[in-house]
Amino acid sequence: MAKIFAVIIILIAIASAVPIVMHMWPLPQDISTHGQLIDEQYADTMLEAGISFLASQFLLAFFIWRFSVPKPGEKIKSFPGGAAGLVAAAFLLVGTEVLALGVFGSKAWASVYLTPPAANAMPVQIQAGQFAFYFRYPGPDGTFGPIHPEQISEANANFFGLDTTHDQDSKDDIVTAELAIPVNKEIHLLMHSKDVSHSFFVPELRIHQDFVPGLDLSVHFTATKIGRYEIVCTQLCGLGHYNMKAYLNVKSQEDYDTWIKQQAALQ
Amino acid sequence: MHDMSAHAVQHGAPTSFIRKHVFSTDHKVIGKQYYALALAAALVGMVLSWIMRIHLGWGSFAIPGLHLLSSTGAPGNVLTPEYYLQLMTMHGTIMVFFVLTTAPFAAFGNFFLPIQTGAEDMPFPHFNMMSFWVTFAGFLVLVASFFVGDGPTLGGWTQYAPLSAIGSVGGPGEGMGVVFWASSIALFCIGQLLGSLNFITTTLDMRCKGMSLMRLPLSAWAWFITSVMGLTAFAVLMPACILLILDHVAGTSFFVPSNLVINDQVLPHSGGSTLLWQHLFWFFGHPEVYIAIVPGLGIVSHVLITNMRRPMLSHRVLIYSMAALAALSYMVYGHHMFVSGMNPVSALAFSFPTLVITIPSTIVVLIWLGSLYGSKLRINSASLFALGFISMFISGGVSGFFLAQPSIDIMLHATYFVVGHFHLVMGVAAMFGIFAGTYFWFPKMTGRMMNETLGKVHFIMSFIGAYCIFMPFHYLGIAGNVRRYQAFTDDYLIPLIPVHKFITIAALFTGLAQLIFVYNLIYSRLKGAPATDNPWQGTSLEWSTATPPPHNNFGDTMPVVYHDPYQYSVEGASSDFIMQTSPEKVINPKEEK
Repeated sequence: MAKIFAVIIILIAIASAVPIVMHMWPLPQDISTHGQLIDEQYADTMLEAGISFLASQFLLAFFIWRFSVPKPGEKIKSFPGGAAGLVAAAFLLVGTEVLALGVFGSKAWASVYLTPPAANAMPVQIQAGQFAFYFRYPGPDGTFGPIHPEQISEANANFFGLDTTHDQDSKDDIVTAELAIPVNKEIHLLMHSKDVSHSFFVPELRIHQDFVPGLDLSVHFTATKIGRYEIVCTQLCGLGHYNMKAYLNVKSQEDYDTWIKQQAALQ
Repeated sequence: MHDMSAHAVQHGAPTSFIRKHVFSTDHKVIGKQYYALALAAALVGMVLSWIMRIHLGWGSFAIPGLHLLSSTGAPGNVLTPEYYLQLMTMHGTIMVFFVLTTAPFAAFGNFFLPIQTGAEDMPFPHFNMMSFWVTFAGFLVLVASFFVGDGPTLGGWTQYAPLSAIGSVGGPGEGMGVVFWASSIALFCIGQLLGSLNFITTTLDMRCKGMSLMRLPLSAWAWFITSVMGLTAFAVLMPACILLILDHVAGTSFFVPSNLVINDQVLPHSGGSTLLWQHLFWFFGHPEVYIAIVPGLGIVSHVLITNMRRPMLSHRVLIYSMAALAALSYMVYGHHMFVSGMNPVSALAFSFPTLVITIPSTIVVLIWLGSLYGSKLRINSASLFALGFISMFISGGVSGFFLAQPSIDIMLHATYFVVGHFHLVMGVAAMFGIFAGTYFWFPKMTGRMMNETLGKVHFIMSFIGAYCIFMPFHYLGIAGNVRRYQAFTDDYLIPLIPVHKFITIAALFTGLAQLIFVYNLIYSRLKGAPATDNPWQGTSLEWSTATPPPHNNFGDTMPVVYHDPYQYSVEGASSDFIMQTSPEKVINPKEEK
């Protein structure tokens, strides 16, 4: 029984590692300027976690195999170095490992969250609500008009509660159902929730941020590859949560210019 | 050390059925009641998980009889999207609170902590009885939410505000369902606070003669450390739940800010904070992970030592490591909130202690592995589950490396990677601890042995099955599979559906193994071979009393302790174990540390 169990541990450990080594379900492709640091951090962590995982499981299996059937007359033996050696090893090996991961990981985190957006970053507002995202571009005046919560109306397609009659800044705002952006242009995404908590997650963009009702947040990023990517909500927001999505459409500058003109004409 | 046990608790054996088996103040009966509650809750939680898994694999599959649970939630026996979330919320809540907290801590702790410390009972037996019945009431309130209004809450076991605080406009179950949920958890908290109070005082004040703190077995230490965590963590969650109830019934806005719009209507709330709930919840929530797992560390160590026929390499290091885990658990809760909108600098402040927590965890694993080396390992159902616990603890632990880092959390937050991580480390590992404790202590609790063959079949099926379920969760998460979705309609998620089907089959297979366990439990209780007082040749106090123990635990003579808890394979001794109560002189320079 002990030997069967030991073999099962070994087989499970190897089988668990194969999909990772073979990249069967890899991270989605990276289309951001900052994603490389995150991916490198992930790869380093996978290497260290993988070695720890395999070494520990193999050792466990070996000890179960070897010591479950003691040789006749065999006495209890102590592990060389005893507890002090193991504690020292834990502090030195794991301590060094986590310190390194912590320091380098902080750099990757800072590249996303602790750097301000460039002055010429293109502002786009995203509003999350049960169960759709809407996007707003400031138009030629470069300024967003104010949101009037009492005027938000799904029925009248006034998703942001804009008062285009009285607010000058709102008149040229462009509201869309997809997030189209020019490639290689930094975007400053201003996040607003109209009801409950939601989240903005585009795996390819290496950006993940919750919407906090009552607290407007922002993220900034630069997409480097033209294409269409899914924006998904990852914060449980109600019965339609699984279906709350939109598209990030990364276009060439020319295509984007054409698109935004078309959208302006539709307002 | 105090010797209060002889006079602190004086209550004679009850004679009426009600006082003996229902409203009992006997810690052993209360321990069994907690175990029965955990078992019932686990069965409910497991059936809910089967329904969820079948739905995720084959969304249109009609599960016979499901409409009986809710005709609106499962018309034609197929789950609606909202009812999936409602069942998911109940699964998480039931499992975390009423199984993973109740069984390893409240059930085994109640039964064995007083015995292992050499006490007649706990110092506040009526509080102890109240602890169980309040917890039981909490469970009834939670289950009742299936049958009120539009069913239980759908907000997940974390109940993030403001969805949980705005009432029925938020969706099905978000009105009365949330009030029932929060009431249930508040009751649960009261029960655990009363229990923790008893555990702490039992450990500190009720030890018998000769039982110094360092002579307590590792399981007793684990329950003591857990009770300290329980006293502080549940004391935060309970008021949070009360504030949440007030947001529903008293028109307050603790967790709801101004100007929220639902159905084109501005909600009549103002001035609350949505992040306040997250801070309060996770200040409880992360220690809760350790409340679920630290008893397992103690139980597994205790079971392994008996079956290795040797003490751990260091008794003290294991105790200090468990205490370090408990202390650090309060400094790391923000890692659940890296992308929540809190200040990104605080993410770094929470990340470092989270990474540091791997050090005491690693020490525990290395002490276990180092102690296995050169041992005389006995293989039985209890030791197999204890060894399986180690494997699961390692697997669930290494994935913590990823989630401790905010930069990687950007990719893995709220994905199946997180689900895989916490299911392995606090779900499966904790369950394996419960099973190890059950197979090990069942003889003492009932007077009968469990069937070993069935136990080993249960173990092998559970071990393989659990890995087949939860390891693929990690792959799904890496590929970006978001959790808490009832269907996968996104383009990039559709190719992952076959993996979900595989997981569903594995979940049903693993569930089958649990039915074998339940059968073994009932069969052995009724017809198992009679157990001797010390069937495993153990050394701690539970093995020096009768099986099952008498009402006051030790009969006419209270025990006197002469040794450290784990005197196995001592050179020159008369046998390969020396009980704590044995006055046999031991020549052992490492004793009496």
